[in-house]
Amino acid sequence: MHESTYKPASGFTKWLDQRMPILRLAHDSFVDFPTPKNLNYWYTFGGILSLCLVIQIVTGIILAMHYVPHADYAFRSVEHIMRDVNHGWLIRYVHANGASMFFLAVYLHMFRGLYYGSYKAPREVLWMLGVVIYLLMMAAAFLGYVLPWGQMSYWGAMVITNLFAAIPFVGEPIQALLWGSFTVDNPTLNRFFSLHYLVPFMIAGVVILHIWALHVPGNNNPLGIDVKSKADTVPFHPYYTVKDGFAIIVFVILFAYFVFFNPNILGHSDNYIPANPLATPAHIVPEWYLLPFYAILRAVPDKLMGVVLMFASILILFVLPWLDTSKVRSLKFRPIAKQFFFLFVIACLVLGWAGGQEAEGLPLILARLGTVYYFAYFLVILPLLGIIETPKPVPDSIHKAVLKRTAEAAIGGSGVAVPAGAAAQKPERQI
Amino acid sequence: MAQTQTHGPEGDDDDVDRRDFLYIATGVFGVTGIAWGVVWPLIDQLNPAADVRALAKADVDLSAIAEGQQIVITWQKKPVFIRHRTAEEIETAEAVELSALKDKETDDERVRPGPDGALQKQWLVMLANCTHLGCVPVGEAGDYDGWFCPCHGSHYDTAGRIRKGPAPTNLVVPDYIFLDETTIQIG
Repeated sequence: MHESTYKPASGFTKWLDQRMPILRLAHDSFVDFPTPKNLNYWYTFGGILSLCLVIQIVTGIILAMHYVPHADYAFRSVEHIMRDVNHGWLIRYVHANGASMFFLAVYLHMFRGLYYGSYKAPREVLWMLGVVIYLLMMAAAFLGYVLPWGQMSYWGAMVITNLFAAIPFVGEPIQALLWGSFTVDNPTLNRFFSLHYLVPFMIAGVVILHIWALHVPGNNNPLGIDVKSKADTVPFHPYYTVKDGFAIIVFVILFAYFVFFNPNILGHSDNYIPANPLATPAHIVPEWYLLPFYAILRAVPDKLMGVVLMFASILILFVLPWLDTSKVRSLKFRPIAKQFFFLFVIACLVLGWAGGQEAEGLPLILARLGTVYYFAYFLVILPLLGIIETPKPVPDSIHKAVLKRTAEAAIGGSGVAVPAGAAAQKPERQI
Repeated sequence: MAQTQTHGPEGDDDDVDRRDFLYIATGVFGVTGIAWGVVWPLIDQLNPAADVRALAKADVDLSAIAEGQQIVITWQKKPVFIRHRTAEEIETAEAVELSALKDKETDDERVRPGPDGALQKQWLVMLANCTHLGCVPVGEAGDYDGWFCPCHGSHYDTAGRIRKGPAPTNLVVPDYIFLDETTIQIG
């Protein structure tokens, strides 16, 4: 942690600072927080994700004012929101697409962490708290998807709650606790609504812990080396508030495209049919962000093993800091690991595609290959590579690496380059 | 205990033992009390409520179901298949070797006796939720002309037994009895 530079300006802030130094905490965390000066745009997703959480909570609280969590009224109340409530269509489309945008951002955030080794010492707790947030996000998304009580809502809930029945001995009692009936029914919808309202606030709590755990060791960075002196850092404000702000604007433009021009592209038309407990739609699939795990579930011909592997695929992330044996954080300096990483990204995308297809033929084969690679990446490749791979030399400091890059840009004679001397004098301007 | 000091400034070891006992007894009493009186009610409220449990039985009139026809009724809010099987379907089901089955049950074990004690082989009554993840299979479909689950590709035969795909067991035959020739009571 760094020394506080906060100086209360007015009489009131001095008075408050002696009683509850909350402004000092905010200043030290988000204004004069020393941040590595080489962070790229992959590091802006933390801010984007905070915004996503706020959007989901605000729109969600509003939707709850108009929604009725009862099996007989839920579907109608959602249509009431869409047709009758003033701006209801906008708020619901923001909430529904907001879930997708949230996951898009979290996946990029996670792949960023994987690539730059942000899960390694001393950031294991930070990483694990992130995995907790991710699990809570999946719970929130699933619970929320049930609420409109359409066909996909109902049968999605049926399939997911049946996963628990695969657990030996305690499976069926757990299922009864989830259902509150003999099947997915009104009590299920009612309690899912209650939990869907709860989980975002749990996420908000863990986000605070996540930021706390981030601010103890400070940010990792694309070079994966520690901050050694003040020359390696810039203050969070204005450098990263502006950078994050710009990224948020770009992200919101994408968000707005979905909300205003293609609001149903990420959903399923079957969910505009009211839930019917007597007939399952011909092809049921979860939302896109859960497809890779759905593919893993179906890749295994055994029910229990499928469920075990699916949960294992997420839980394995908790032990990742101890599976990766390499001391070098950033894959920039690990030529072999880098290639396996991109294969891993492809495997995840292939699993996602296969999860949306019928579980037979080519999609099934690809789902099986993808599942094998997914687990091999964590259990075989990362542990072994740390031992057999020779990493490239790592720079001495962030400051030197940034200087060197600026100097190279100048010699390369690109249009934006400045004289090397100027770059040496004022390096922090040339990030 | 034999080696503990019995005299001196530390006091009598009988006293210490009694205190330990009190701590442990209080702890056990408190933990069981909280578990039974606080934690369990908070969990058990999630289980089916009395009005839901009251829907335990359903009477169904079979007379309107023609041979080769199937109806879906609800019992405990769950869909239930009632199929009037054709002679051919019964024959196909009976001809299957037990060794070919994943969940070994003969066709006779899948049907129930009527009021006269003879097996009513033409009536097949099963919960309509696939034993994999609960979808409702499509009738007269799949590789065995029984039921086919569209969700994850489980194939059932004409006795509702799992033949191919991820489902672990046969479609569940609920408890039911024949009240008379054409009425059954499920539950």
